[in-house]
Amino acid sequence: MDDLLSEFLTETNENIGIVDAALVALEQNPDDGSQIDNIFRLVHTIKGTCGFLGLPRLEAVAHAGENVLGKIRDGELEVTPDVVTIILEAMDVIKDLLETLEQTEEEPEGNDQDLIDRLNDVAYGTSNAKAAAPAPEPEVSNVVELKEESSHEVSEAELEAAFQAAPGPDEAAADSDDSDSARDLKPGEVSLEELEAAFLAAPGPEMDAPAEPEKVEAEPEAAVPAPVAPKAAAEKPAAKAAPEGGQKESNLANQSIRVNVELLENLMTMVSELVLTRNQLLQMVRGMDDNEFTVPLQRLSHVTTELQEGLMKTRMQPIGNAWSKLPRIIRDLSHDLGKKIDLVMHGAETELDRQVLELIKDPLTHMVRNSADHGLEGPQERLAAGKRDTGRVILDAYHEGGHIIITITDDGRGLNVEKIKNKVLENGLASEAELENMSTQQIHNFIMRAGFSTAEKVTNVSGRGVGMDVVKSNIEKIGGTIELKSEEGKGSTFTIKIPLTLAIVSALIVECGGERFAVPQISVVELVRASTDGRSENTIEMINDSPVLRLRDRLLPLVHLNEILRLETSADEVAEKSEVKGSEEFIIVTQVGAYTFGIVVDRVFDTEEIVVKPVAPILRHLSIFSGNTILGDGSVIMILDPNGIASQSGENIVSDHSHEEEARREAYSSDKEAMLICRAGGQEPKAVPLSLVARLEEIDVETIENTNGQLVVQYRGKIMPLVTMNEHCKVAETGRQPILVFTDSDRTMGLVVDEIVDIVEDHLNVEMASNIEGMIGSAVIRGKATDIIDVGFFLQKCFGDWFGSHDKVAYGSSKSSQRVLLVDDSPFFRNMLVPLLSVAGYEVSTAENPTQALDMRERGELFDIIVSDIEMPDMDGFQFAEEVLKDERWAETPIIALSSHTTQQDFDRGRQVGFSDYVAKFDRDALMNTLSQTLRIGGGAK
Amino acid sequence: MSVSEVQEYVTVTIGGQMFGIPVLQVHDVLGKIQLTHIPLAPPEVAGALNLRGRIVTCIDVRKRLGLQNANEAEDQMSVVVEHHGEPYSLLIDSVGEVLSLKSENMESNPATLDSRWREVSSGIYRTEDKLLVILQIDRLLDFAGSSVKAA
Repeated sequence: MDDLLSEFLTETNENIGIVDAALVALEQNPDDGSQIDNIFRLVHTIKGTCGFLGLPRLEAVAHAGENVLGKIRDGELEVTPDVVTIILEAMDVIKDLLETLEQTEEEPEGNDQDLIDRLNDVAYGTSNAKAAAPAPEPEVSNVVELKEESSHEVSEAELEAAFQAAPGPDEAAADSDDSDSARDLKPGEVSLEELEAAFLAAPGPEMDAPAEPEKVEAEPEAAVPAPVAPKAAAEKPAAKAAPEGGQKESNLANQSIRVNVELLENLMTMVSELVLTRNQLLQMVRGMDDNEFTVPLQRLSHVTTELQEGLMKTRMQPIGNAWSKLPRIIRDLSHDLGKKIDLVMHGAETELDRQVLELIKDPLTHMVRNSADHGLEGPQERLAAGKRDTGRVILDAYHEGGHIIITITDDGRGLNVEKIKNKVLENGLASEAELENMSTQQIHNFIMRAGFSTAEKVTNVSGRGVGMDVVKSNIEKIGGTIELKSEEGKGSTFTIKIPLTLAIVSALIVECGGERFAVPQISVVELVRASTDGRSENTIEMINDSPVLRLRDRLLPLVHLNEILRLETSADEVAEKSEVKGSEEFIIVTQVGAYTFGIVVDRVFDTEEIVVKPVAPILRHLSIFSGNTILGDGSVIMILDPNGIASQSGENIVSDHSHEEEARREAYSSDKEAMLICRAGGQEPKAVPLSLVARLEEIDVETIENTNGQLVVQYRGKIMPLVTMNEHCKVAETGRQPILVFTDSDRTMGLVVDEIVDIVEDHLNVEMASNIEGMIGSAVIRGKATDIIDVGFFLQKCFGDWFGSHDKVAYGSSKSSQRVLLVDDSPFFRNMLVPLLSVAGYEVSTAENPTQALDMRERGELFDIIVSDIEMPDMDGFQFAEEVLKDERWAETPIIALSSHTTQQDFDRGRQVGFSDYVAKFDRDALMNTLSQTLRIGGGAK
Repeated sequence: MSVSEVQEYVTVTIGGQMFGIPVLQVHDVLGKIQLTHIPLAPPEVAGALNLRGRIVTCIDVRKRLGLQNANEAEDQMSVVVEHHGEPYSLLIDSVGEVLSLKSENMESNPATLDSRWREVSSGIYRTEDKLLVILQIDRLLDFAGSSVKAA
């Protein structure tokens, strides 16, 4: 293709993109003068360039569009959606024409008279009254008809009008000086003098060759850099002023050049190879002492690094480039579908490799379209569902651990599981039985299967069933993943994660089980040297065979790389080694999202720059590797993907991580708490909140009796069952046995422990949930990892069956149990109270925070009573109570406040905002009493 | 395609059996080369190696064919083939010669052949002294757990 033409196409496409976006912005903010100036200038440039290249059809459309814009700019026309729509339409026509032009290198046949007429209608139809005088205007504007102006004596007014109708430097032709010679100048045409002046003014590079100044008919607007010169050209003595402007323009133009992407790609590959070779050289020299190579090599290394960085920069582009078309698309959609849609874009400046950018552009556009079309409801439906009538589509992009994460969120109707199921059955993608066993998430994922579309009607926007599957495969092609989360009635979120493949990254080389692996430096937070025998400062501790590390008073879960990779050097060899050299291990503290964990490896080497190469397709299912590369010594090394390790090591990372967040929040909100430390069945300390322990007793072993397979002891005239923590924990043979006595109304239970160690006051932050029965989780107490005993579990174990049939229902004799909603941000108290309450016969639901509780209300759940904590992040109990009272659904439901602050003031405030009662947090008896009392009153009132 | 078309095969020996690989698919023949083990990979994948700056996935053909492991691993050679633009090296015992064989002489696999062999073989030639089993590279690389097909 002709260089000039291809340049024109790129530039014009770019400009149209900007115009699109600017128009939408203008529509929203009609008074923005700079916006219209900008649009006008760009359209004008397009028109001018078209003329220059001899593309009459394009020029005509652009010209007509420009007329309308000119009117807007001059304030003669108001910005209305209709006006914007027709201009956008003109832009679309131009786009189509450009496309054909790109394919055939020729302007397609046909004409756009209809559109031009409509544009003219808009430009003049409404403004006729105002500017009644200028009769010749229509002709002036109508390039296509090529009407010649018969009159040579153009009146001043007419000239004015002509100027306004089609402003631009060229129009200066119509200026008074030239008016006699303006014989039959078509609008947009320039006189010879003008042309020459323009040439002098703007010696742009494109100008030199193709323009033929002799030919008066040479298309107008030879002055491609028109935007600089409009003023200058308007006045006759332009030639003097113009050169400066023109010079400036060309300087500016010279500062950036267009480079073929392929060239960049080739350069990149070569630099990658250069980096590898440099690494190889460095490796060789490293073994030698000072020699003559050292210095030049260092220089080479430096230059290579800079070259590499520079080249990387040339490839990086803000993701906003891929989004620039979206406002327009959304705008058109909202028009076509009659929906109100807000498009919110965050992180448009996030940079990513242009190659990746190109590849995700279309999938992204498609997904945004989907969200707006399928996801969002119409305004009526939204209002009916209690939402704002304007739907939102939120785009977000950010870097995370060497990946780019892009999320597309809508607050629409969410995915309808039933609909999907039906469709799945209809299309035979799965059987009914299979569907039965699938989680909601799995069912949701069907929308990304081939040949699937949930939209009942096919709109012109989406719904042809070639959607998400194509998107998914496109994203996977570049090694990315796509996840979907949806809640019916609330909206959906798509998360796209794209790794930075084909990039040079810095990686840490580690060894494990005799094999070397690379870990991307970007996900490494720190390195810790640890031992298992306490010789080093950091010690790996075990909680039920799961290794953890205390790292600055936080518990760090650990994974052994050799176990994850199932390498042969597992336990035995490590144990062997430990005897030889005191078992030293390295922990790579890694962060994946908000989840931090440690990877235990045998050795840590150096960091090295590596070129990430994708693994063979045969191995692509191994999520644990993000790629492979060749090291300086020429060997192949696998690159570990911390995300893959995280998902391999714990299935429920999500919950882990929410726990961690919870714990973190708690660290700020919770007060210190008295904990009883004891030992039972093992050396690890165990803790239980002192507030839950009724008494500490030491009983004579002789008095322990066995009834019905249950150890019991007579205690205060009653039989008290004894339970042990686990099977390792035995009741002493002789002497005295320490027990912790827990009571729950009239029931008493003894928990057998080996030793009562201490009572300490500390923050109780359960950092790791446990899946061992009887343990809530682990926390750092007094600087030691400690298991927290789940008293509720033991109570239930003891009394669950015993009292299950017992006529001990919470209040009265009501047959259906009372529903209690427990709102508490502390997982500890939720875990503690739920069994307690359920043992007492209540049906308990829990919410981590008021928002969750209010969500339950939205879902139409009803409770007989609410028990809420006061100190909670985001929304505290007082606010929550106010919220509850506001809405009539729950207004009648009594609320009991639960707090560690029990001053008179708190009581008063609590009652003021509508709490029915106020109970101290650790006073379980009071809580039980209050619950049944309150319910009795409430029940009576009903 | 004419019936008497001549095909050229590189013969390789694995566990005493002679196999033929279409010569045009063979890019390289390598001696012993340093392999990087890939944990968690399918058992048929022996590792990865660096071939002049390209990373080549190495396939243990013995495993693929259900043969015993070679006793002296140090003598192993490999032939490099390309499949869907990705290089793979096939671990073999030794390389023989290039044979030109008429396609009409190819016989179909005996029905009694091990299914794993039948899966990867497109047919058998009777040469003077030995039988030559023709390997089909795309089938050879398509084993359980591999996603070559999808790629």
